[in-house]
Amino acid sequence: MVVTSYFQDKTLYINLSGEMDECSAQSARAKCDKLIDEYVNAKKIIINLSDVAFMDSTGIGFLIGRYKKSAALSIPLYVQKPNFAADKILNLSGIYSLIPKAE
Amino acid sequence: MANNYLKLQFLSLPRNQAFARDAVAAFCLELNPSLSDLSDIKTAVSEAVTNCTVHAYKKEVGTVTLECEIEDGQLHITVSDEGSGIADVEQAIQPFYTSLPSAERSGMGFTIMQTFMDEFKVDSKVGGGTTVFMTKSFKTEVENA
Repeated sequence: MVVTSYFQDKTLYINLSGEMDECSAQSARAKCDKLIDEYVNAKKIIINLSDVAFMDSTGIGFLIGRYKKSAALSIPLYVQKPNFAADKILNLSGIYSLIPKAE
Repeated sequence: MANNYLKLQFLSLPRNQAFARDAVAAFCLELNPSLSDLSDIKTAVSEAVTNCTVHAYKKEVGTVTLECEIEDGQLHITVSDEGSGIADVEQAIQPFYTSLPSAERSGMGFTIMQTFMDEFKVDSKVGGGTTVFMTKSFKTEVENA
């Protein structure tokens, strides 16, 4: 799983790319947390999922983990552009009530 | 179409999770699954195999047996391990229940298998391993006129 990012208009954009499963999530967690720590002055964090080709329930745990971290810093977290399969899992979990979908 | 059968055995290493779901996806292509069916199957297999790594064998490495059978337009999938087993299956399949709350586990694995597949059953015995049975039924393809 490849993690890239940019910072614009006080928003930290994190792009995830590849397959999100139990095996690949570990390094992505560490990379995302490092980014969040680097940009504690961000007003908003948006995780872009458009290049996530596969996601199982690991993705739910992953997003909740990042939500807890950003919530502790009072930074709202959003997800963007999940594909139809990821969207199905995220809907089933009810996670959008914590982490809304950004346009 | 003739029925078909696949049996795979592999170690419960995390890096085999992708291999297992991709193998099942490739196997069922002869059923002309929709992209949505294919992604349901891959996700359900990923959940079942991940459970073997994370729960059945924990820090150990054991053998996972994956069987697929195509029969009358249905895909039957069996994922079994010889690991620790589940003491309370009823509790384990509850949405959001996890035995590892500290490890960022969603507790949604069994719920996803149940929701994404048409049939779902778990057999487990403490100390005797776990077997998950799942079936996906494919709607008969309607040819475009």
